[in-house]
Amino acid sequence: MPTTRHDVVQQLQARLAGVDSMDEAALEREHVHVLGRKAGLLTAALKSISQLPIEERRTFGAELNQLRQRFESAFEARRRTLSQAVRSQEDDVDLTMPARTTWSGGIHPVTRVIDEIVEIFHRLGFAVAVGPEAETEWLNFGALNFPPDHPAMDMHDTLYLDVGGDPPEGERMLLRTHTSPVQIRTLQASPPPVRVVIPGTCYRNDTFDASHAPAFSQIEGLAVDEGITFVDLKATLIHFAHEFFSPDTKVRFRPSFFPFTEPSAEMDIGCLLCGGSGCRACKGSGWMEILGCGMVHPNVLKSCDVDPERYTGFAFGMGPHRITMLRYGIPDIRMLFEGDMRFLSHFGE
Amino acid sequence: MNISRKWLEAFLRQPLDTHDLTERLAMLGAPVDSVERSHAALSGLVVGLVKDTQPHPDADRLSLCTVFDGQDDYQVVCGAPNVEAGKSYPFARVGTVMPGGFTIEKRKIRGLTSYGMLCSAKELELGEDAGGIMELATDADPGTGFLEAMALDDECLEIDVTPNRPDLLGHKGVARELAAGYGIQFRLPAIEGDYPSVPAPVRADGAEGTTGGVRVAIEDPEGCSRFLGAVIRGLTVGPSPEWLRSRLEAVGTRSINNIVDATNYVLMELGQPLHAYDLTSLHGPAVIARRGVAGETVLTLDGTERTVDGDMTVIADEDGAIGIGGVMGGETTEVRNSTRDIFLECASFQPSRIRRTRSTLGLSTDASFRFERGVDRWAAPDALRRCLEIILATAGGTLDGDPVDVWPEPTNPPRIFLRPARVRQVLGEEIPWEALEQYLVAIGATVVSKPDDGRMAVDVPGWRPDLREEIDLVEEVARMHGYQNFSSELRPFRVGSLPDATSDVAARAVRRGLSAEGLYEVVTMPMHRGEGAESVPLLNPLSAEEAFLRRRLIPGLVREVERNWAQGVRDIRLFEVGTVFRMAGPGERPEEEIHVAGLISGRRHPRHWTDGGHSGDCDQWDVAALFRRAVALANPAATVQVEGGSWVAVSAAGSVVGRTERIDADAPPWAAPVYGFEVVLDPAERQSQRYRALPETPGSTRDVSLVLHQDATAEAVETAIRATRGTRLESVEVLSEFRGGDLPAGSRSVAFRLTFRDPERTLRDAEVDKAFRRILQAVQQQVGVAPRAVDGGAAEE
Ligand SMILES: [Zn+2]
Repeated sequence: MPTTRHDVVQQLQARLAGVDSMDEAALEREHVHVLGRKAGLLTAALKSISQLPIEERRTFGAELNQLRQRFESAFEARRRTLSQAVRSQEDDVDLTMPARTTWSGGIHPVTRVIDEIVEIFHRLGFAVAVGPEAETEWLNFGALNFPPDHPAMDMHDTLYLDVGGDPPEGERMLLRTHTSPVQIRTLQASPPPVRVVIPGTCYRNDTFDASHAPAFSQIEGLAVDEGITFVDLKATLIHFAHEFFSPDTKVRFRPSFFPFTEPSAEMDIGCLLCGGSGCRACKGSGWMEILGCGMVHPNVLKSCDVDPERYTGFAFGMGPHRITMLRYGIPDIRMLFEGDMRFLSHFGE
Repeated sequence: MNISRKWLEAFLRQPLDTHDLTERLAMLGAPVDSVERSHAALSGLVVGLVKDTQPHPDADRLSLCTVFDGQDDYQVVCGAPNVEAGKSYPFARVGTVMPGGFTIEKRKIRGLTSYGMLCSAKELELGEDAGGIMELATDADPGTGFLEAMALDDECLEIDVTPNRPDLLGHKGVARELAAGYGIQFRLPAIEGDYPSVPAPVRADGAEGTTGGVRVAIEDPEGCSRFLGAVIRGLTVGPSPEWLRSRLEAVGTRSINNIVDATNYVLMELGQPLHAYDLTSLHGPAVIARRGVAGETVLTLDGTERTVDGDMTVIADEDGAIGIGGVMGGETTEVRNSTRDIFLECASFQPSRIRRTRSTLGLSTDASFRFERGVDRWAAPDALRRCLEIILATAGGTLDGDPVDVWPEPTNPPRIFLRPARVRQVLGEEIPWEALEQYLVAIGATVVSKPDDGRMAVDVPGWRPDLREEIDLVEEVARMHGYQNFSSELRPFRVGSLPDATSDVAARAVRRGLSAEGLYEVVTMPMHRGEGAESVPLLNPLSAEEAFLRRRLIPGLVREVERNWAQGVRDIRLFEVGTVFRMAGPGERPEEEIHVAGLISGRRHPRHWTDGGHSGDCDQWDVAALFRRAVALANPAATVQVEGGSWVAVSAAGSVVGRTERIDADAPPWAAPVYGFEVVLDPAERQSQRYRALPETPGSTRDVSLVLHQDATAEAVETAIRATRGTRLESVEVLSEFRGGDLPAGSRSVAFRLTFRDPERTLRDAEVDKAFRRILQAVQQQVGVAPRAVDGGAAEE
């Protein structure tokens, strides 16, 4: 063990100069010898500082710490040089070999379509509202101005639930056939202005085939305020079509019927496949039905205690599954309910 | 609803272009689902002019014709006796596909080549006459399409009629809409043939009247509000004339006989169902509309015995029920070929009663379809007269007395008041009074007055039961104005007063987080087999396999794993975010929760050549990490604990809100084990992270290997380490686990790395050593675990 501080420093500096020429084994031995926690030269010297007079501690301590840093960086630099040397000997690599990957994962194409639709309406001041999938007959039909025993019910082949008890007519539980009950729930819970989009799963008593699924997603929108008109309905939905499809998408509105809106309309866009000249997908018409919409029926506002003479509104609904099939050219809706890894990974993240 | 273009042309008295018609109907609210050409199989035939005919040199019965198709002459060998030079016949050239599906080819007949065929009516499936070729009474030029020349070039348009528009379930209603759209007049087509004029039905007093000796009575005025009838005697049941047959065939209705065809014609033209009875089979004779008697049976026209109930309206004679009102007539009173006298019924039935009746009986007919949507009861007299005229023109006979009209409680279509200001409020554009009036008149309404209060009094037409309140007229105005003629300028709006639903925000974060972990989202069907008493059953399930709502997501995901195996896919990483259901009390709304579940099976990393193809398969430690990630995303307030052989997430309230599972599935031998997890999504709003200053002082680490005996757990060690106070401990890491060697059986050595740090200053080694020793003592005391090896020398002291 060196006796003076000067000796210590000199000895260490000498050793430092040698680091640059050491091989791997020598380098590791030297590391332990100098910086080892138990018996390292520098470690011991640093421990000895506490026995020095107070005025010497600072200068010697600073000197030793500086040395320690120089040793550490010298060791690190030498290690790097050595490992590069190893690599350059192995430079004969085929860089066309495949890279190392990780599992990528992804959000379902239908969910992504829903997210994209929601995003467009977010920018138009709409928030997301949700509601239960098991509903009462009243909220699914009655409050939405469906007359009882009316053929309009045929458009909604309903799955009913057997929850026991003996619920009176109107209170029977069913699986909602559309997300429209959430319109009622939203309007009952908060006064206008209301602007919401409602994504969710809906159910119909439909045999599962290439174009029908007994459970499917729907996304609805509702805007209720003073002064909302049919012009706003058209403007908002044309804006949506231009954002979602493309700015030059042709759009048309034609009369239709839904019990909960009046006037009611279907919105068509120019066929995505043939561009309007007519093909099988559009049944030769050049148009594709994208969504149903209309001005909220006064009776619906009344069943939510909203004054239809003061407030007006519009509502719309569309099927993300169908839109997903159109967008990606998926021929069979059932594929969207299967977890085939090959199918899901086609769509990437 | 099937619509014939030619029938519409007869109403509008002008030719219609099918494409334009399709567009217009769509824009009026009755889109065309499909267009089918009538006699499409004959579209290849042309009018052929026989220029010359010679006997075949080698066959007596054959002739050798020169047929001109407007461009070329063809040599055609013909076997028909009636071919004459200078006349036109249907000509199928070489290459023409015939109705039977065969293609005309060049053919040698007795040594001479025939380039085509002249056809008989039977060969064209236009009639039974096979005796000779079909002589065309046409002045069309040779080469003209045969269908065009014979005016057979009709199209059947299948239009999609919404349930609020029963008026479009007949050609007249569609013609009316088109006339309004085109701004032209329309008129009922003339009936071909001679018939006497039919007097207007005579209104009976009260609920009963007679016509031609038949008593007509309404005993169920709620179910049947109006009942008209007439008697024709001395008619002849037989085939319908060509015009009637072709009208019906053009809309896909099979011709039966002139009586049934007449009623079907009026059904398709005016939308009014009628029914003809064989008069001699009627007991009384009487026709009574009354409620059914529970248990009463009716043998309907389709040969089925049906049991009726008191909610149904039956048509009865003096002996009993003979038909189900508005749905189907009975077999016992059916018009037969021998029938000479008939009673013709034209009645109005109550829509919702008809709907319940046909649903109870499972019997939907053209009549019930229209009655449940609403048939114009004010137009019933015209429909009856129209039908009588057709029968008199096609079957002869004479009307026995005036038709009777039983209508005990006559009503008028409603009057609705329309405020122009309301039109503007809803539609967003000012539509002048004159235009409003014009639009409403165009749909058949009567604008009664212009009173002082600014409202328009509108009497709606009887064929529009959907027009009941002001908003219904607003829609008519919009429709007639044309949806395309409203502005579509985006105007300023107020944003809604609601925030995004927190559960949706949370679900979206979960989806992003789990897909970043290399999992693919799937959406599976929520209907499953039951899983215990808490599963919610469906009343009308699609199948026994789908008779309940799911309680959890994993079973659905397992099926998808099996689907992948069936396709030979071994590396499977799936997750789902979906609703699950649980029974609440009897009659109560089921409880719903959003769950998050995932399954993994197969390689931990994608294959890479540097591994030599051997990257390990996922095991419980992989699912443990995914589970922790899913819990952090879906239910951040929950803590993950060990329970049984797996991990569970426990909420602050102490309930289990998630768990991992080793899945037993029907795996092929090459499959890897499957691990899964499922967590309840907590819909509460997430707290945002707070900034924490990053340390600026160096940390100091100490490693120790501890020998853990059977019962000791890493968690217990870590708890003891962390519980030691005043150590400035920052983190604990498990570095490795070692079993065997000189360790006692059942023991293992686990290496921990402890990191110490003081945010304010650099810790001295001695301080760290001291804290480390205190920690090791605490671990020894609390867990009974001793160090095996220590980096830092502390253990030797
Ligand atoms: Zn197309």
